[in-house]
Amino acid sequence: MGGRGVRVRILGVAVTFLLIAGSAAAKETVYVAFLGPLTGGVSANGIGGRNSADLAVRLRNADPNARYRYELISYDTECKPSTGVQVATRAAADRRVVAAVAHYCSVVALATVHVYHRFGLPIVVWGAVHPDITYGNDYREIHRINGTMINQNEVASKFMRSLGYETWAILYDTTDYGKGHKKYFTKYLQENGGKVLASFGVTPDQQDFTAELTEIKALDPQVVYFGGLTPLGVRIRAQMERIGLTSQFEGTSGIMSDAYIEALGPLAEGTLAFREGAPVDKLPGGRFFVEKYREQGYKEPPEAYGPFAFAAMNLVLDIIERVGPDREKVRDALNAVKDYDTIVGPVTFDANGQNVVPLITKYVVQDGRWTVWEDSAYARGERRLRRLGE
Amino acid sequence: MVDAALLAQHAVNALMLGIMYALVAVGFTLFFGVLDVIKFSHGDVLTVGAFTGLTVWLALVAVDLATPWLAVALLVLVPALATALLGALIGRFVVLPLKGAPPLNVLLATLMCGTILREAIRLFYPGGANPKPFPALLPTTAYQLGNLNLRLDSVLLFLTGVAIVVALHLVINRTRLGLAIRAVAQDAEIARVMGIDHVRTVLITFAIGSALAAVAGIMHGLYYNEINFSMGLLLGVIGFSSAVVGGLGNVYGAILGGFLFAFLQTLGAMAMPFASAYRDVFAFAVVIAIMAVRPTGLIAERGVERA
Repeated sequence: MGGRGVRVRILGVAVTFLLIAGSAAAKETVYVAFLGPLTGGVSANGIGGRNSADLAVRLRNADPNARYRYELISYDTECKPSTGVQVATRAAADRRVVAAVAHYCSVVALATVHVYHRFGLPIVVWGAVHPDITYGNDYREIHRINGTMINQNEVASKFMRSLGYETWAILYDTTDYGKGHKKYFTKYLQENGGKVLASFGVTPDQQDFTAELTEIKALDPQVVYFGGLTPLGVRIRAQMERIGLTSQFEGTSGIMSDAYIEALGPLAEGTLAFREGAPVDKLPGGRFFVEKYREQGYKEPPEAYGPFAFAAMNLVLDIIERVGPDREKVRDALNAVKDYDTIVGPVTFDANGQNVVPLITKYVVQDGRWTVWEDSAYARGERRLRRLGE
Repeated sequence: MVDAALLAQHAVNALMLGIMYALVAVGFTLFFGVLDVIKFSHGDVLTVGAFTGLTVWLALVAVDLATPWLAVALLVLVPALATALLGALIGRFVVLPLKGAPPLNVLLATLMCGTILREAIRLFYPGGANPKPFPALLPTTAYQLGNLNLRLDSVLLFLTGVAIVVALHLVINRTRLGLAIRAVAQDAEIARVMGIDHVRTVLITFAIGSALAAVAGIMHGLYYNEINFSMGLLLGVIGFSSAVVGGLGNVYGAILGGFLFAFLQTLGAMAMPFASAYRDVFAFAVVIAIMAVRPTGLIAERGVERA
């Protein structure tokens, strides 16, 4: 009789002990990956995204309630499809990696979606905007937290027309990324009654644009639109000045980076660009992000898409916490995401894994900062965009 | 319909490109002249020159001595000397030891050499994989003549380029060194018999050619206000094509070739606005056509028979 009681008591002690040990012992380590351009012309955006994803991981590891300890592995895509496929294969073939937050560059994302599908690695795109990344395939592994260039260019063309601009010249880089921007911007501009005087394709590593810009000067458009990334945007804006082209300069989310302003200095003033998502520093979650980012002491700024990388990583970590570190379960849970609240606004993935939140914010460079249009001196009429009302 | 001022603007753009191409092309042609070799590391020596210039600038800023004119002088002189040394070293330790080997070996060896330089900048220069902003040191006053916008810095850069070409002309035609270079170019054996130090002449030629590349690199930086580790790649190919189309071995041919290439590129973008991305394709296609019609280039090297 007494023996049984002793046994029960021992069992009870053992169970209690196990419970205490379980919570105190090292948590299981779960690996997540980040992919982006950490070197090359758009590395500022890539590093900002990496830091932001890293911030999400650090905050989660600091949370005592988290079920797992997370480790982030970062890969450099150099914004080149060839390198991108290599590192995507490395990440996807590494069975420890449960999910990835991947890609700023559309050309790289387009080249790598097949890799993730083949290896069954669920990813969330954090910056690339080409529509075909989500809509060009029916891979269940691919999701995107930011919008596509379709929404962006629709808003851009309507907005510019509402300001009263009539004529455009378009420059675009001849990758799928640049061509996509040209296609959708031209389409929506024509629907809204704007006139495209000429379009010039340029190679993505072109240095000299004086010939194209001189041709544009002859056509005398009110606006020069550029569909491409920061390095070319910087060169084009600088060379417009060299040959005395006075048109308003309008870019896309591709030139939205602090690097653009740093490289151009005062010449950046008045440049327009458009980006999906709510303006981060206006949302309570956004302010939290900015504060935490500063606390962690990263050397580089988060850049325009850092908040998206942070939100994407947070989403991935939330799901792993819920369903466990299993690629298939994470994939299925991602596909079911609906009205999930993030620092860039609510996220709902459609059947293609695309976040269906069409919110686009307009920006203008004012005094060395990308400023939300509605808050700018330009919107208040204190400063004037170039060639407006001519 | 055609606006004269716009044509003038195109001409100014092309002249600026042309002077940079010409400086690179002259290097190729000098090396080929004295040693009958094609030194493919030339474009990357240019990149080294540009990055040396940037380093000098950063150093000047650090010691608070960055007054524009002193900076411009040092920004040209230091990289020119550095690349002159680099060019001579490549000549001494890569090209000369391969004398007598098939020309293909020299070509490959210098191509590898260029890759090493390029990758070294990418990997070891701080942030070398990223484009670097280059300071705008020259006055940017703009003159407006109708649709022609002429900036003072462009004019100064162009005049500097022309002055350097003229100086090179004088060195080659008016000095003992130039005489030695021409003698070695015409017949190395006879030149040696006449008491001309072959190795010394070759190395000095390599030094001069490489210094010109550095000047082209700095001009590129000052003109575009940006340099990057792969800038020498396309400039090297264009410089080489210009030298070939002008007549490899002939300095004036190289200069002509450089300007020709620049004008072809500009014409490509002008004439085909619907396909301006193909302007390099257009320019290189015309170069191929010229090579087919005139295999020895526009101005053939004197006294050279070709197989």
